[in-house]
Amino acid sequence: MSIKIDNLTKKFGHLIAVDNLSLEINKGEIFGLLGPNGAGKTTLLSMLGVLVIPTSGSATVDGHDIVREPLAVRRCIGMVFQGGSLDNLLTARENLELHARLFGVPKEMRKKRIAEALELVELTDRADDRAGNFSGGMKRRLEIARALLHHPAVLYLDEPTVGLDPQTREHIWAYIKKLAKAESMTIILTTHYMEEADLLCDRIALIDHGKIVALDTPAGLKKRMGGDRVKLKCAKACSTATLERLRKLPFVKSVSAEEGHLTLVVENAPLHLQNILHEAGAVEEVHVLPASLNEVFLQFTGHEIRNESAEEDDAQSQWSAHR
Amino acid sequence: MSALEGILAIWQREFIVYTRERERSISSVVTPLIWLFAFGAGLGASISISGLNYQQFIFPGIMAMNVLFTSMFYGMYVVWDKKLDVLKEILIAPQPRWVAFTGKVLGGLTICAVQVTILMIVGALFMNIPITPMSYLFALFGALLFGVGSASLGLFIGANLNSPDSFSLVMSFVMWPLFLTSGALYTIDKLPAYLHAVVSVNPMAYGVDLMRGALLGTWNYGPMLDVGVLLLFGAVFFWLGKSAFEKMNLG
Repeated sequence: MSIKIDNLTKKFGHLIAVDNLSLEINKGEIFGLLGPNGAGKTTLLSMLGVLVIPTSGSATVDGHDIVREPLAVRRCIGMVFQGGSLDNLLTARENLELHARLFGVPKEMRKKRIAEALELVELTDRADDRAGNFSGGMKRRLEIARALLHHPAVLYLDEPTVGLDPQTREHIWAYIKKLAKAESMTIILTTHYMEEADLLCDRIALIDHGKIVALDTPAGLKKRMGGDRVKLKCAKACSTATLERLRKLPFVKSVSAEEGHLTLVVENAPLHLQNILHEAGAVEEVHVLPASLNEVFLQFTGHEIRNESAEEDDAQSQWSAHR
Repeated sequence: MSALEGILAIWQREFIVYTRERERSISSVVTPLIWLFAFGAGLGASISISGLNYQQFIFPGIMAMNVLFTSMFYGMYVVWDKKLDVLKEILIAPQPRWVAFTGKVLGGLTICAVQVTILMIVGALFMNIPITPMSYLFALFGALLFGVGSASLGLFIGANLNSPDSFSLVMSFVMWPLFLTSGALYTIDKLPAYLHAVVSVNPMAYGVDLMRGALLGTWNYGPMLDVGVLLLFGAVFFWLGKSAFEKMNLG
């Protein structure tokens, strides 16, 4: 067991950011905390990183209690923060050196570790450039490299790809996967991007209002949806007989009709589409919606995970511009 | 051992950042020069105090002002570090928080030392300030002793602020009053009773006195009392600042 969380609660005044949350995370697992902004994901990570003291409850990280042994906990974690946490006026190497010294990496090992970390994120040739001149993706890579310098047992990634362009995001995902494989490190990441959680995580906890609303593997969560959705617009109003025929198909879980539109929940829709269309007769439009975590989230919480990253990024860049 | 390494690492970081932030370092040396050459020389054309021309008389006071403004702004700057996640990165290290605080104070003192040295060179070259190796070290000691308290005060305020919007409030209610009631710009023996009382409880007045005594040989309180008050000022705010760092919640 890498992390054990027991009835953890954090209140800020009247606001309950994390609400009596319990959770166990296994060694070597990539674990996702998925939820909208303000769901309490960052507060939970901050408590596990001993930056915020819980109101009640307890948790252990690699066997160390977050309240009673803060220094021991910090020694075994690496953390990549949501906001920019690099010293823009320092070079990449200087940023890494500062971290290595603060984390007590012995002097004789520092050079080697820094070289390895730079190598891993492919920033060796930019090591002596100032971090302020780096692109968003390079900064994030440097932050990941930095979090690894002291060889933590657990790595926290708070919204690792927020504000990055799609190409860079995929790049970062590749690094995270590489890490998990090579170092067999426990990784916890928070995100409000569905595909990120889906692609990277072994297990995902859906979090809303400080509580876990569902916890499973990505596939398991999607399975709870019953399958993909197929939406059909019939050429003519569908007859009851057509509906019955569709319902009898073994791979169709349910059929609902609404103003000439049919919505079917289908197991493995791409495979069975031909049969469905055959039974449905003449149709004008077909949409196949693969089971997604977004819909799972919608089903469990009654609302969608909105993407508010654009606003956040604006606020972020204003602060960054000043520094 | 690892605490010492941590302090050194943060100290070095602060100094590197200072040397690379040109605007900040240039403006913090230019401001006192304007005081000396525009205000000091201007008013000095018509008045002199205890046998010194006015520009010489205020020179140690302007040095103290430079220490006050530089170190307090330096301290309050942690608000920016808090807004970004730079401070989190430092505070998540397996180090007690007084390590970060101590490194910051030492960083602030180093910056003050550089600036005060530049001022004293200018003073010796252009204002006839009698600077010898001994008087330089003595005045530097005074500046740094005062700097411990004022950098800690800045860090204490910065740790408690959530937004840089309050900087101007701190300037109006803390920095300018401290400076203007420190005797930096006037002698304190002829003051009205109320102002005399205010000056007596202003720790900066003792810093100004110590530096003026060191450079010009005129004293109000004497070196023993100056050093004693500054030690107390430094100890109180170092402790308050350190405690504020320990209580700081970084959500």
